[in-house]
Amino acid sequence: MNFGFSEEQELLRQQVRKLLDEQCPMNEVRRLIETPEGYSRELWKQLAELGFLGLLIPEEYGGAGLGWVDQVVMFEETGRTLFPSPLISTLLAASVIGDIGSEEQRRRWLPVIADGSRIGSLALLDQADVWSTEGVRLTARRRGDTFVLDGEKPFVVDANRADLLVVAFRTGGDDADLALAVVDGDVPGLEVTPVPTLDRTKCLGTVRFDDVQVAAQDVLGAPATAGPAISRVLDRGAAAVCAEMIGAAEAALASTVSYAKDRIQFGSPIGRFQGVKHPLAEMYTDIESFKSLVYYAAWALDRAPARVPLAVSEAKAFGSLAFSRIGIDGVQLHGAVGYTEEYDIQLYLKRSKWARPMFGDEDHHHDRIASLGGY
Amino acid sequence: MDFDFTPEEEAFRDEVRRFVAENHPGTETPDPGAMKKWCEKLVERRWIGFSWPTEVGGGGGTVLQQFILKEEMSAARAPSLGFDFMGLTWVGPALIRWGTDQQKRRFLPDLLNARSLWCTGYSEPDHGSDLGSLQCRAVREGDEYVVNGQKIWTTLAHRAKWIFMLVRCDTDSSPSKVRGITCLLIPMDSPGIEVQPIVSLTGVHSFNQVFFKDVKVPVGNRLGEEGQGWRVVMGALAHERSGISEATEKVRHLEDLIELARGSRKNGRPALEDASVRRKLASFQARISAMRLNGVRHLTRQLRGEAPSTETSINKLLRGSIEIEMSELALGLQGSEGQCEGDWQARSLNFHGTVIGGGSPNIQRNIIAERILGLPKD
Repeated sequence: MNFGFSEEQELLRQQVRKLLDEQCPMNEVRRLIETPEGYSRELWKQLAELGFLGLLIPEEYGGAGLGWVDQVVMFEETGRTLFPSPLISTLLAASVIGDIGSEEQRRRWLPVIADGSRIGSLALLDQADVWSTEGVRLTARRRGDTFVLDGEKPFVVDANRADLLVVAFRTGGDDADLALAVVDGDVPGLEVTPVPTLDRTKCLGTVRFDDVQVAAQDVLGAPATAGPAISRVLDRGAAAVCAEMIGAAEAALASTVSYAKDRIQFGSPIGRFQGVKHPLAEMYTDIESFKSLVYYAAWALDRAPARVPLAVSEAKAFGSLAFSRIGIDGVQLHGAVGYTEEYDIQLYLKRSKWARPMFGDEDHHHDRIASLGGY
Repeated sequence: MDFDFTPEEEAFRDEVRRFVAENHPGTETPDPGAMKKWCEKLVERRWIGFSWPTEVGGGGGTVLQQFILKEEMSAARAPSLGFDFMGLTWVGPALIRWGTDQQKRRFLPDLLNARSLWCTGYSEPDHGSDLGSLQCRAVREGDEYVVNGQKIWTTLAHRAKWIFMLVRCDTDSSPSKVRGITCLLIPMDSPGIEVQPIVSLTGVHSFNQVFFKDVKVPVGNRLGEEGQGWRVVMGALAHERSGISEATEKVRHLEDLIELARGSRKNGRPALEDASVRRKLASFQARISAMRLNGVRHLTRQLRGEAPSTETSINKLLRGSIEIEMSELALGLQGSEGQCEGDWQARSLNFHGTVIGGGSPNIQRNIIAERILGLPKD
């Protein structure tokens, strides 16, 4: 039992923080989200060169072979600065390929993800409100030894910038007929329509499949392995989002605390008043408890797979509620300037609204906790 | 980051389970005779004061073993680890940290052998949340202090043998008010001490007012230096807050609540089919897990040799909100039955005492805001 990060992990945190502080401070974030791509390809290359895109990818495929606890450290930092990039999407796509892909498939895709030349994403669910394999509705037709996809996947994160999509579909009526395949972003018949997002540091798009052919060699995993793989990557996704939520929530708190120390009213910093300091104390309490749940979930992803579903659901349920409150209270405690474009706290409020439904909101995860607990 | 127990720790868990299976008196609240027997067995194993160092007669267990011990005892709904909660949770640790060798020899054996019963004299009628301005006075006269003043909300003062007590030794009442505070250990049968009961809203007499009139206390009963009492008590309060904020008890209460929901109906249907009921239960579960993990985090710090800190305020706040929401849900599920006396009714009322003990929620929020976030003091 040891609740704490190693020296290496603390070093990783410092490196990522330094890089983002120098290369992507908030004025750069604000500039990037106005560009058509929404992120910096140059910085992406730099992340790749420093090995930060392949933390979770095994060394034999060009990665660092580290674990989720390490990855969480990095996501806390990208969340803190609202770093705009297709990082989570790419990493989750890679994790599915690493999870059930064949040796040949891993060799084909993982090294080009780790070296930054390919961006990936997930196009799993057809229904925005079902965060499980039941949400997979797209059904493929067989044509020779290929599958043909016709239909639509809504709310695909980073769809507009993905070079490859991990797509979930059905080949029949059973859960055993679920399938996953890697589809090229520029394959004929695939069309992406970007959707404007509230949190502009994140991108969404609708992916339309019109007679898109999927070759057998691009289908991932043995028959009947796709369903469990989808469940696993949904849990990893929730953990990744939670880690970014920690960083963003801490930054929102820090910004609000600093405002409360500086802003003078009634002849005193407003942080002296209990009406201000108590909600800040509640934010801190929530963040620290949320961290405990997320670190435990990350450890379970690395070391105790059987404990993952409950650990992830407890973390995401708690965090969805807590971060939403932190976003709202953060803006309110800033008073009128909180309502301006100029102050950064509004960006964190928008991030909280992005994070809440990602990979399931608190209702979804509370329902899952109850089911797992047999009540 | 590692949340696994070692094979040795797992073996210890098995040992506790076997012990409980053999010695559980069949109820969590046995009669005095059965409780005495239970305590004797615990003393035999050195499981009272289990994590105290062997040099002072403690069990020498690690804080993690202690954690496992409490978790298993609670899971098995076993009686408490001794009956001197205050003595074992903060008086003992304070003696180990601040006591002279003579004081350790004098007080620790009774604590370890389940023969002690301590109460705690912090609050005064005009100084509750603002503990630092307490006024109970001790004037040094030769080898004695002469204590005059009044304490209130003193739990178990009517039964305790000793009081762990804060007094003021300085005479000036300067704004640096905690400077003169001193900690004294006083026998409750000292001449000049008078205890008057206060009945709580549950109808139970558990706390009291205590009056001190020219009570003579030997200087040897002072814990720590004169004027150091605030430091002693800050450590003790952290122990108190972590002690009363352990997740184990909440885990059991949640089990009870789920069972209650299983047997209840809401709008003519089983209550567990109601999404809002299930989601509330699940939210308790998530928050109790957070409490447990916060506790583990806290233990890790202790393993690194750090003393309990302001962090304990976090679990105290969590516990407060979970506790009242759980009993409100329970009473809601019971409907008209909720109007009758019962366990959940007692819990829902007792909440109003435990939520204040060790410092009210607003005091915890002040501590976090001022000491951790660095906001200006009120």
